[in-house]
Amino acid sequence: MSLVPTDEQRQLADTAREFLREYAPVTALRQLRETHDPLGYSMDLWSRMAELGWAGITIPEQYGGLDFGFAGTGLLMQECGRTLAASPLFASCVLGAGAIALAGSDAQKQKLLPLVATGELRLALALEETHRHDPAGVGIAATRSARGWELSGVKQFVIDGHSAEQLVVVARTGGAPGEQGGLSLFLVDAGAPGLERHRLALLDSRNAARLEFRSVHVDDAMRLGEAGEAWPALQQVLDRGRAALAAEMLGGAEECFERTLAYLKQREQFGAVIGSFQALQHRAAQMFAELELLRSAVRAACDAVEASPSMLPLLASLVKARANDCAELLTNEAVQLHGGIGTTDELDIGLFLKRARVCMQLLGDSAFHRARYASLRGF
Amino acid sequence: MSDTAVFRATARSWLEENCPASQRQPITPGEQYWGGRNGSFPSEDARIWFERMREQRWVVPEWPLAYGGAGLGEQEARIIKDEMRKLGCRSPLYSLGIWMLGPALLEFGSEAQKDEHLPAIAQGRARWCQGYSEPGAGSDLASLQTRAEIDGDHFVLNGSKIWTSQADRADWIFCLVRTDPAARKQEGISFLLIDMASPGITVRPIELISGASEFCQTFFDNVRVPRGNLVGPLHGGWGVAKALLKHERKLMSEIGIESATRAYGAIECAKRYLPVNATGQVADAVMRDRLARHEMQMHAIGLTQQRIIEESKARAGSGLTALVMKYCGTEEEKRRQELMVAMMGSQGLGWEGEDFSGPEIDTVRGMLGSKALSIAGGSSEIQLNIIAKRALGLPGVT
Ligand SMILES: Cc1cc2nc3c(=O)[nH]c(=O)nc-3n(C[C@H](O)[C@H](O)[C@H](O)COP(=O)(O)OP(=O)(O)OC[C@H]3O[C@@H](n4cnc5c(N)ncnc54)[C@H](O)[C@@H]3O)c2cc1C
Repeated sequence: MSLVPTDEQRQLADTAREFLREYAPVTALRQLRETHDPLGYSMDLWSRMAELGWAGITIPEQYGGLDFGFAGTGLLMQECGRTLAASPLFASCVLGAGAIALAGSDAQKQKLLPLVATGELRLALALEETHRHDPAGVGIAATRSARGWELSGVKQFVIDGHSAEQLVVVARTGGAPGEQGGLSLFLVDAGAPGLERHRLALLDSRNAARLEFRSVHVDDAMRLGEAGEAWPALQQVLDRGRAALAAEMLGGAEECFERTLAYLKQREQFGAVIGSFQALQHRAAQMFAELELLRSAVRAACDAVEASPSMLPLLASLVKARANDCAELLTNEAVQLHGGIGTTDELDIGLFLKRARVCMQLLGDSAFHRARYASLRGF
Repeated sequence: MSDTAVFRATARSWLEENCPASQRQPITPGEQYWGGRNGSFPSEDARIWFERMREQRWVVPEWPLAYGGAGLGEQEARIIKDEMRKLGCRSPLYSLGIWMLGPALLEFGSEAQKDEHLPAIAQGRARWCQGYSEPGAGSDLASLQTRAEIDGDHFVLNGSKIWTSQADRADWIFCLVRTDPAARKQEGISFLLIDMASPGITVRPIELISGASEFCQTFFDNVRVPRGNLVGPLHGGWGVAKALLKHERKLMSEIGIESATRAYGAIECAKRYLPVNATGQVADAVMRDRLARHEMQMHAIGLTQQRIIEESKARAGSGLTALVMKYCGTEEEKRRQELMVAMMGSQGLGWEGEDFSGPEIDTVRGMLGSKALSIAGGSSEIQLNIIAKRALGLPGVT
């Protein structure tokens, strides 16, 4: 295990930070929001990111990627979290490409991963069916048809679901909702007849969609992996997603904290900067401690993706629960310590708070992950 | 196999061969060996274990050979610790000399002081106590008033120290004393080594809420201390004291991680005292969540400790992470102790007698004893002050 970024990784993070400051500052998100941008992210930004190789950061070289390792993904996500940069990086490259890489055949990888790596093909993972994260609870059925499979049902909270060109859909080909066995993964074309996509307006001004499948036909060639056997790969994809998301949340929390700290040193009341009040100093110090622990957990989880996959489930639940709790604490404290101005739309802190709330629900809240951690540890 | 893997395997097999089975059981306070002139071994196995470790020089593996250590690097010493923890090996010797004074002497002591004291510590011949706090000087340690005046080639000491853990059983005390009352408060302090057998020292034990009598008030009445026992420069004791405090805090932040000292682990305790369902899960969702929170906090603290080591080796990172460890580690240890008592229900209320098992009583007393962790060695509030000032650059408060 390595918890310290290499020189190469540090360089990547520095470059990313500079790039995002220039091309995707927080004002860019405001603009997407103000203009009701139909896509929810800038394609211009996405092609620049792809040019830098970000879209293929964890994709193996043989499939056109950089093969930089998952720690690289974590660092990019962390930097994106700092500026609230909206892009398909998470949905397409971590979740979508992850599913193909872990479950797909070599032919499928040959065909699809190079397109993801250049940014041309955008993917999304359609998993949830209710308002609570529940991967084993998947119920929508894929039934055998003469020409392949037929999908019917509704998927919720699909990140980038309205903009992706292809969807990785988790469906049930056997077993009952609640069971891990019987799940399968299918690649479905966004334009498939019978598929309706509806973009949701969430508080973070980013992207999620509800997808309605009405007898959507899927060729058997579009099945990723064995029918009914998707659980292990799905778990891994979700755990990678949790680690990546936690990295983004760390970035957001760090940014919120630094902005708050700067305010504590600048705002004066009672003839002194408010950062000289011990009650506030202790709250800041506690936040610093939370961030330090989260930092270690993020590094460990991202590192485990390649270095110790057997530890990944435990670390992914550890890091997602921590990131949730830390993001909640830090965004709330950031508002409180700014006083009245903290509650205004003018200040960016509110945008960080809103993004944090979405991330906290995505791929499992803290209660979900503490229960999962407990099960994995055998209590 | 890499060199470290070879070392790990060798260390492990040596420990397996040499650590008696009884010394791989969780330890109770009564079973600890503290060494010293009047020290006695709590059992024959404790003696065998200590003597083997002493001969192997693994009581202080990272100390130089000349001073009773094995001269190993930080990483190898860590591996030995790791393997001891995994096997459940007890510490062969509990010693403030090892944890606090030794590292400070290695950094600041004269050759004569190192030759005299370090081997005695490593071999368990001298037991030390710490004379920092005074009735009027706790968190604000630098306001201490115990006076040491120079008289020929001696210092003459007058005053008193309080909360001196184990002063009634110690052979030596390392003390902060005021040698220059006119100077600014941090600049008039010196660091002295004092033989507890010196005439003029009296010790009065104080009982703790846990029922143990761990600490004392120590009085000095015209106690004569040779000038050769001054560590570091005259009036320059504050620097030595601060370096030593760093070791103390590191030690305290690791207390929860030293699993060999536990009556029960938290998970084991849950399985014994809480209803579990058919799959072995704790049935009460709230208790299960509390336990998961605790285990996850310990996990994150452990990862952070590892990150600190890796960063210091790679000369990377902010160097500020260590500042949070005493606060996080001790607060979590208090939470763990409360959680275990809560899980035990009314069995977690026993004070003494046959109606409660040994581990039950140890848990109760451990819970009470753990309250001291966030007070001693710089309280949690002081730790937060330090973080605010040093890590965050917020304007100083007193
Ligand atoms: C079990 C145990 C063993 C000990 N062993 C030793 C020993 O061997 N040798 C030795 O020298 N000492 C020892 N100590 C003493 C210990 O170092 C002191 O208790 C500690 O420094 C606190 O000092 P105090 O008790 O005077 O509390 P005080 O300093 O009076 O603190 C009282 C309260 O005020 C808070 N406070 C104080 N200053 C501030 C501030 N600036 N900002 C915010 N809050 C503040 C504290 O956090 C605490 O909550 C031991 C203590 C314990 C509990």
